[in-house]
Amino acid sequence: MSEKKTNRRDFLFTATYAVGAVGVGATIWPMIDQMNPDASVKALASTEVDVSSVDRGKTITVLWRGKPVFIRRRTQEEIAEAKSVKLEDLKDPQKDEDRAKDPEWLVMLGVCTHLGCVPLDQKGDYNGWFCPCHGSHYDISGRIRKGPAPTNMEIPKYEFVNANTIKIG
Amino acid sequence: MSEHEYTPKSKVGKWFNDRLPLLTLANHLTDYPTPKNLNYWWTFGGILTFCLITQIVTGLVLAMHYIAHADMAFDSVEHIMRDVNYGWLIRYIHANGASMFFLAVYIHIFRSLFYGSYKSPREIIWIIGIIIYLLMMAAAFMGYVLPWGQMSFWGATVITNLFSAIPLVGEGIVTWLWGGYSVDNPTLTRFFTLHYLIPFLILGLVVLHIWALHVPGNNNPVGIDIKKPSKDTVPFHPYIVIKDGFALLMFMIVFAFFVFYTPNILGHADNYIEADPLVTPAHIVPEWYLLPFYAILRSVPDKLLGVVAMLSAILILAALPWLDTSKTRSAVFRPLYKQFYWILVADVLILGYVGAMPAEGLYLLVARVATAYYFLHFLLILPVLGLKEKTLPIPLSITDPVLGGSSNFSTAKNQTKIE
Repeated sequence: MSEKKTNRRDFLFTATYAVGAVGVGATIWPMIDQMNPDASVKALASTEVDVSSVDRGKTITVLWRGKPVFIRRRTQEEIAEAKSVKLEDLKDPQKDEDRAKDPEWLVMLGVCTHLGCVPLDQKGDYNGWFCPCHGSHYDISGRIRKGPAPTNMEIPKYEFVNANTIKIG
Repeated sequence: MSEHEYTPKSKVGKWFNDRLPLLTLANHLTDYPTPKNLNYWWTFGGILTFCLITQIVTGLVLAMHYIAHADMAFDSVEHIMRDVNYGWLIRYIHANGASMFFLAVYIHIFRSLFYGSYKSPREIIWIIGIIIYLLMMAAAFMGYVLPWGQMSFWGATVITNLFSAIPLVGEGIVTWLWGGYSVDNPTLTRFFTLHYLIPFLILGLVVLHIWALHVPGNNNPVGIDIKKPSKDTVPFHPYIVIKDGFALLMFMIVFAFFVFYTPNILGHADNYIEADPLVTPAHIVPEWYLLPFYAILRSVPDKLLGVVAMLSAILILAALPWLDTSKTRSAVFRPLYKQFYWILVADVLILGYVGAMPAEGLYLLVARVATAYYFLHFLLILPVLGLKEKTLPIPLSITDPVLGGSSNFSTAKNQTKIE
């Protein structure tokens, strides 16, 4: 016991454990990864939306990757309101300019960042969205103002294909 | 447990038993010495076994008709209700059976809390029980998702999103659980698979639960060890079998009342609307048996901390044998603990009530106070009480107070009144 010498057997044990661990890992990983989004789910990555019929002050909801996306054509007052908010009043500080490329169009995931419910349009203390599940209030820029949600509603990747069409994803 | 060695009478029996001692096991189960002072609160173990078997049998039948696909699940449930012979009955038994299962498990758990059944040497029985309870919640939650109604869909969304509170890897875990970017068909099919699997895991744990129980034997209302098996115990069969059977009959009357007279009262009307990923119901509530924990989740204004509080509220139970420092098991001999016990019962009922109400105003305030008290009970009151409380004298044996003549007779009389 006093002197521990690495011998041939120790080497064999260590090598066997190492190979065994790699083998177990390589066997388990496919079992875990099969639960991740599959190729057919990933293939539905983008959606094009015709927004020509959306009036000012109205929101449409479209489905993208199984989630609702709010597209709101904001009025001048709403844009002014969104821009006037001081960053220090925000829980998750973000400028309105960073959220809406074209200030008239707010495109965001209609998913509450708390636990994933769909917030209600034009409700709540901040004239924006209100989540009925656990009471999160969002402003007209979709930023969290009050309630348990930790962050602003997410802005997906999107672009204007032309004046009337938005491509999400 | 039996002191004597069992030998089957017949030659064939002996031959078989020497090779696989099943008859020895059966003999152990029938002769198993049970404290003779067990009251009706001890019959819920048997009732729970019945509930588990009921859920497995009715679930098996439902699985023959149900289709686990986002486009067809809702219609297949209606098909079961309208077209399948006795489908309505089997589904109502299964749906209400879940509620009955939880009703029984809560009584079973609170029985343990009152009589100190979780204390040494029964900690492992208790912890296995908590694991069973966690699995029950998982099974109930996934089962509720299968009809693919509005509450199914949004309940699944909210509960799976709890994992997104985990820093860094949370979002990845949620996507992995969903198998997509929202709750959808891949989520439904895996929930169905797991919902089918979990009852069998529970069945295995129930075997361990009973095995662990049969090592020290049952706790009992006075909470003292069996001193003399011949005097303090009765054999499981026929005494306990008959008593459990009678209690089970009473329980089945309640069960049948729900199934036949108010089969939907414990469910939510919104779940008869097919799942719509674009519209969240105005008021999301879980099933009644999860409401206290839901109230705890909502009472914390921070996402991560809310989730942590909710999970802790359940997991804290596993630490109970070490949080309760009192050497006396039964609340019968703990005058202060008995009062705090009933306050805890009231506290959990209040949490359940506010969990069903909107999280605002007075409800939110009450939920916060009740949540704080819940943790206070386990983390402060129990450890301190065990050291400070002056307990009443414990009888010398189970038989002692019944036969009288001992110095503890008056204690025993009081105790009978309480029960």
